[in-house]
Amino acid sequence: MTVALSARDIAGQIKEHYPDAIIEAGDTTVSVKGESLHDVMTFLKETPGLDLNYLNHITAVDYYDYFEVIYLLTSLENNHSLVVKTRCYGRENLSLPSVVSIWRGADYQEREIFDLMGITFEGHPNMKRIVLWPGFEGHPQRKDYL
Amino acid sequence: MQLRTEPFVLNIGPVHPSTHGVFRMRVTLDGEVVIDLEPVFGYLHRGVEKLAEERTYTGVVPLTDRLDYVASMSNNLGYVLAVEKLAGITVPERAEYLRIIMTELQRIANHLIAVGSFLNDCGAYFTPFLYMFRERERIVDLFDMVCGQRLLYNYMRPGGVSQDIPDEFMPALRKFLEQMPLFVEEYDRLLKENEILLARTKGVGILPAEMAINISASGPVLRASGVDWDLRKADPYSIYDRFSFDIPTGTNGDCYDRYRVRIEEMKQSLRIINQAVEQLPAGPIRSDVPHLIHPPVGEAYARVEAPKGELGFYLVSDNSIAPYRCHIRAPSLLNLTALREMMIGWKIQDLIVIFGSIDITMGEVDR
Repeated sequence: MTVALSARDIAGQIKEHYPDAIIEAGDTTVSVKGESLHDVMTFLKETPGLDLNYLNHITAVDYYDYFEVIYLLTSLENNHSLVVKTRCYGRENLSLPSVVSIWRGADYQEREIFDLMGITFEGHPNMKRIVLWPGFEGHPQRKDYL
Repeated sequence: MQLRTEPFVLNIGPVHPSTHGVFRMRVTLDGEVVIDLEPVFGYLHRGVEKLAEERTYTGVVPLTDRLDYVASMSNNLGYVLAVEKLAGITVPERAEYLRIIMTELQRIANHLIAVGSFLNDCGAYFTPFLYMFRERERIVDLFDMVCGQRLLYNYMRPGGVSQDIPDEFMPALRKFLEQMPLFVEEYDRLLKENEILLARTKGVGILPAEMAINISASGPVLRASGVDWDLRKADPYSIYDRFSFDIPTGTNGDCYDRYRVRIEEMKQSLRIINQAVEQLPAGPIRSDVPHLIHPPVGEAYARVEAPKGELGFYLVSDNSIAPYRCHIRAPSLLNLTALREMMIGWKIQDLIVIFGSIDITMGEVDR
């Protein structure tokens, strides 16, 4: 069975290296600040014992006041997983650091979040719309689109 | 005199018999060798995730059928598992076994199409395709008996399945299970050592294991690269831990390995269905679930090993009758991430073969 890692232990480990990155840690979910996302993700992938080398998916949810972006990471060798969340406040000019340099599987998923929700990912090599045509205005998956 | 050459951009357009749906590739060629490739998709984007926010939890099930339209039972299963996790619904035993039987039959049907059209792309035209569709007809007839549909079944519900199997289903299924291994052997006799197939697919389109893990590949694409990861064994869902079966893996990650993994998976699926048919209990097929489900506020992620890879559904609920957010983790989309790396350096003919071996469905890629 894939074990869901204890988020509090992981948050403790992350705090030793990046003291102000953590916002809160639930049972299975770690919330981090947007700016430290790249550092925390590199730490999670490269620390021996964690080895979270497989990115399952990236999702974004629109909660009116803020957008929440959720990452599910798994380690294939150790068969454990962790959920990392981050938030973007506001509705305009949202951006987060991209994790494409860590896991290439983030490529199309970040483009899709940009296309449909409007969050830009800095450092992405090809930040263009993916499912909608170039020249489309608006971000349809937002709650205030229609 | 120096011969001057220029690279040439070819558009393998959305309407093309070998692109398995509406998929566009802008290929830059030097003669016949591919030097750059840009995939363009979105031609089948229907906004399924946004539509799901305006339907009840049970009403989203037909939408999930139309994601990977070739393997509808797996999509249904992934979604209802997510709803059951979110709302805390339990499923009766008979329904669990029926779900497994349908999902594994669906896996065989999907791999028959995948291998059939892969061989069509390799140049064997429609002979293997028709042989495999002949068997797929029998599976589709079984599904027709159960839920009245041949392609988009809408069979599973949160809490169980929608209908019980009729009396004529079991004899037909047993006859199919007796005869299918002989047909798979026939495919192996015709194709496994076939010179042309080996020449066209051995060593072509290699996806190394490191890259496969990095691009979040899953399913036969990941296993053919040598990574032993199958959700039915690594993170068992439903009642998969009660059955004994093996996980076939490849060694090189080339097109031939992906084809072999699919054929071997068909044999393993037959093993699972045989065990499920022996253990099938009597009982109700759906637990008492209200017509309109009001799950508590929260979120849930459930995933299944669909024939194409890891299909996941992420649901967020705000205690209303419709999901607040439904995100679909599509395996075909992520398997396409390394398309450019797999195809550079090969010729156009190999491009078609490599693309066919990844086995994608545009309904999932675009949603």
